[in-house]
Amino acid sequence: MDFLRPASWEEALAAKAEHPTAVPIAGGTDVMVEINFDHRRPEYLLDLNRIGELRDWVVGEENVELGASVPYTHIMEHLRAELPGLALASHTVASPQIRNRGGVGGNLGTASPAGDAHPALLAAGAEVEVESVRGARRIPIDAFYTGVKRNALAPDELIKSVHIKKADGPQQYSKVGTRNAMVIAVCAFGLALHPETRTVRTGIGSAAPTPVRARDAETFLNAALDEGGFWDSGKIITPSVAKQFADLVAGACNPIDDVRGTAKYRRHAVGIMARRQLGWTWEQYRTDGGGTGRTLEGAA
Amino acid sequence: MRVNFTVNGRRQEADDVWEGESLLYVLRERMGLPGSKNACEQGECGSCTVRLDGVPVCSCLVAAGQAEGREIITVEGLADYAKHRDEAHPGDGCASGSCGTSLQRAQRWRAGGTDSGTGEAGELSPIQQAFIDAGAVQCGFCTPGLLVAADEMLEHNPSPSDADIREALSGNLCRCTGYEKILDAVRLAAARQEEAV
Ligand SMILES: Cc1cc2nc3c(=O)[nH]c(=O)nc-3n(C[C@H](O)[C@H](O)[C@H](O)COP(=O)(O)OP(=O)(O)OC[C@H]3O[C@@H](n4cnc5c(N)ncnc54)[C@H](O)[C@@H]3O)c2cc1C
Ligand code: FES
Ligand code: FES
Repeated sequence: MDFLRPASWEEALAAKAEHPTAVPIAGGTDVMVEINFDHRRPEYLLDLNRIGELRDWVVGEENVELGASVPYTHIMEHLRAELPGLALASHTVASPQIRNRGGVGGNLGTASPAGDAHPALLAAGAEVEVESVRGARRIPIDAFYTGVKRNALAPDELIKSVHIKKADGPQQYSKVGTRNAMVIAVCAFGLALHPETRTVRTGIGSAAPTPVRARDAETFLNAALDEGGFWDSGKIITPSVAKQFADLVAGACNPIDDVRGTAKYRRHAVGIMARRQLGWTWEQYRTDGGGTGRTLEGAA
Repeated sequence: MRVNFTVNGRRQEADDVWEGESLLYVLRERMGLPGSKNACEQGECGSCTVRLDGVPVCSCLVAAGQAEGREIITVEGLADYAKHRDEAHPGDGCASGSCGTSLQRAQRWRAGGTDSGTGEAGELSPIQQAFIDAGAVQCGFCTPGLLVAADEMLEHNPSPSDADIREALSGNLCRCTGYEKILDAVRLAAARQEEAV
């Protein structure tokens, strides 16, 4: 095994081009587990820790550009207002020690259907900026997950950052697990209201081969809110609308039975989370005009 | 490969490190510092917790090469680190490399003193003394990781709520104590810290 330690982003891209099989290591919270347990013996490890810009973020007009290696702890501490859904999701990851190391770039690299960042990114709206010596491109988050633990990266590409739409309304995230810390999601759900465009977006975790949006549910709710004049009146959403939304979200799941839960349970639980989160976010929208000042606690 | 880093405030180097080796392995097997424990090697238990540039991390998940040029504090250096923090950098940590604990001293470190049951005449940090006084140590396997995590929390949060303590220690598993005495110990250390200022 060789340990490559590029000191700059350009060096990292050159190293990845020269050794496309090299395994990038950022926080190491996925990679090191595989190495410790002999599940992986890469020829090259490509350490990204020396590349300072991967740990930076920039808050722009429309988006936050989040460096691939920004640890979850920083997202929770510094980006709660701009990225409330992702901050809530970050807080549910593992433990303080893991959150001090792991970040969204690694979560995207692993692309596990259970990764907590994914539903929040899907709901907020995001693009993954990837680069190789051939050039840079932005992959819409919807096109990033290509299969179970597969993503749209080419072998010579690295993830540089994620451009995430700044919250323009309330967002929520919750996951089902056996306890509060150190829990891989049995299933997870994220919801973002976007009052500026009068749309809602969703993200489902651990209930399909990849993280997915519940598109039919979004289309239904967008139309129902629009037709009922809900965005203007701010009145309470009709229970039948909330129920239909939840049913459509549950229907978007394509889960499996495994040790953590059955497919039936997952579908059911995702529907419940969808209904509750719609209630929480809508209540917040109604009461403070869609401002993001107050963040309701998500239930883990 | 060779790794150069600062352990407990002193420059050290480790040779013949395998590229896939963890920082935990280097500390235990190459530096002779077995205080950080190896239980799960997958980030679940926190018994390998050390501070990397001040931040608590699972050393089993840090590749040794990633520690190059960085500062590590292990439980063996905790007493000196805490003492030094109180004296030279009140309310803060020290990362200069001029202070610190020599490897020989760290290797010889024992909780013992003249009485390992009470910690009397031992070199203990306040959090270590509090763990002994509160009866928070049974088999002791989880203790080093908890000490490092709890000490770090008290460094930046001197009067933690119970929820703060639970959160800060949520990455550390203990199979013996049922956690109540551990919470008592951290509350005790926090109270003593308050009294001292
Ligand atoms: C005990 C424990 C509990 C966990 N709990 C959770 C949890 O609750 N929720 C959750 O979502 N995850 C959890 N994880 C998984 C892990 O912490 C996350 O997936 C984390 O986001 C990984 O980030 P990292 O920087 O540590 O990634 P690494 O381990 O460094 O890398 C992960 C993958 O991404 C690739 N990669 C990293 N950076 C880049 C880049 N810039 N460009 C291209 N590829 C890259 C790596 O090659 C590797 O394939 C847990 C892990 C452990 C050990
Ligand atoms: S040994 Fe590192 S967390 Fe358990
Ligand atoms: S005292 Fe035995 S594991 Fe905690």
